[in-house]
Amino acid sequence: MREQPSQPSMPEGAWRPGRAWPLVAAALCLLAAVGLACAASAPPTSSTALDDRVREIASDLRCVVCQNLSVADSPSDLAREMRNLIRELVQQGKSRQEIQDYFVSRYGEFVLLAPPKHGFSLLVWVLPFLALVIGAGGVYLVARRWATRPPGGPPPADPAYLDRVRRELHEREDGAA
Amino acid sequence: MSWKKALIPLATLPVILLLAYGFWTDPKAIPSPLVRKEAPNFRIAVFDGAEMSLASQRGKPVIVNFWASWCFPACYEEAPLMEATWRKYKDQGLVMVGVVIQDKDPNAREFMRRFGYSFPNGPDPGSKISIDFGVYGVPETFFIDRQGRIAYKQVGAVAPEVMEAQIQALLKGQGA
Repeated sequence: MREQPSQPSMPEGAWRPGRAWPLVAAALCLLAAVGLACAASAPPTSSTALDDRVREIASDLRCVVCQNLSVADSPSDLAREMRNLIRELVQQGKSRQEIQDYFVSRYGEFVLLAPPKHGFSLLVWVLPFLALVIGAGGVYLVARRWATRPPGGPPPADPAYLDRVRRELHEREDGAA
Repeated sequence: MSWKKALIPLATLPVILLLAYGFWTDPKAIPSPLVRKEAPNFRIAVFDGAEMSLASQRGKPVIVNFWASWCFPACYEEAPLMEATWRKYKDQGLVMVGVVIQDKDPNAREFMRRFGYSFPNGPDPGSKISIDFGVYGVPETFFIDRQGRIAYKQVGAVAPEVMEAQIQALLKGQGA
């Protein structure tokens, strides 16, 4: 038997290159995730990217002097000033959530175009689905009852009424004869 | 079965309650999250050239009035009361400052001349002070206590009895 080249002896649990690959891969993934997160919150470099970021954030905020218009879409002076402020905050490196939180701290949750998914506003999100489920359940129950109803002919006639019909028929035949 | 008959009215009850809540709630009444919280600090360059900050007024009751010359009639209705209140209470330590929103300087100065404004007023370039105070219309008036907290916010023209009650509450407040 051919002798294997001798491996350097290593104590149990010591660092081995083969064992390190999962750790290296995990570290790379973490680095990539942090990098992506940083890129997402970093101030945009080009003017178009900045415009897009401002528009994206302003689209979620309600123009407080309009009826159902976002800050992005409103032509009002206050909305324009709000867009300018958003632009400044983005340039300062503030994240979308931080900017939203700032406006909520000033105007309350009213300033958010989409109701928040907590507290009383959660009803707005939950109720339509709840109603759909309850309605579907109701339709299912009614349909099942119809499907399982035993087939039958017409309901039995009242014997007194049948007697009367027969009697009248006889009388008519007798009269005709 | 009786419970089945009761099911339909019971199911409609939450819907009716929700509708009732919607109809009884004033959609224009937007409670400010800033009331009973510390007022945002600001620096303002007033029309006479001086500069003042809210933080430097700590320990005094402060009224911050947001107005504009184009705001008719509400700003015109409350303007005489603002000046009269300032003259009446300035010796008791009351500070009043006017923040002019989205206005042209000559128009704002003409408004101040018309109502004889003698308390400091200044423009709000970029509406930064207004947005920081969550202002969504004019006039809006904030009553700030000696500790720098917003005690009350008035949307629309301030009525004389509201003004009096709020100032008395501010003046009775303990010094910082």
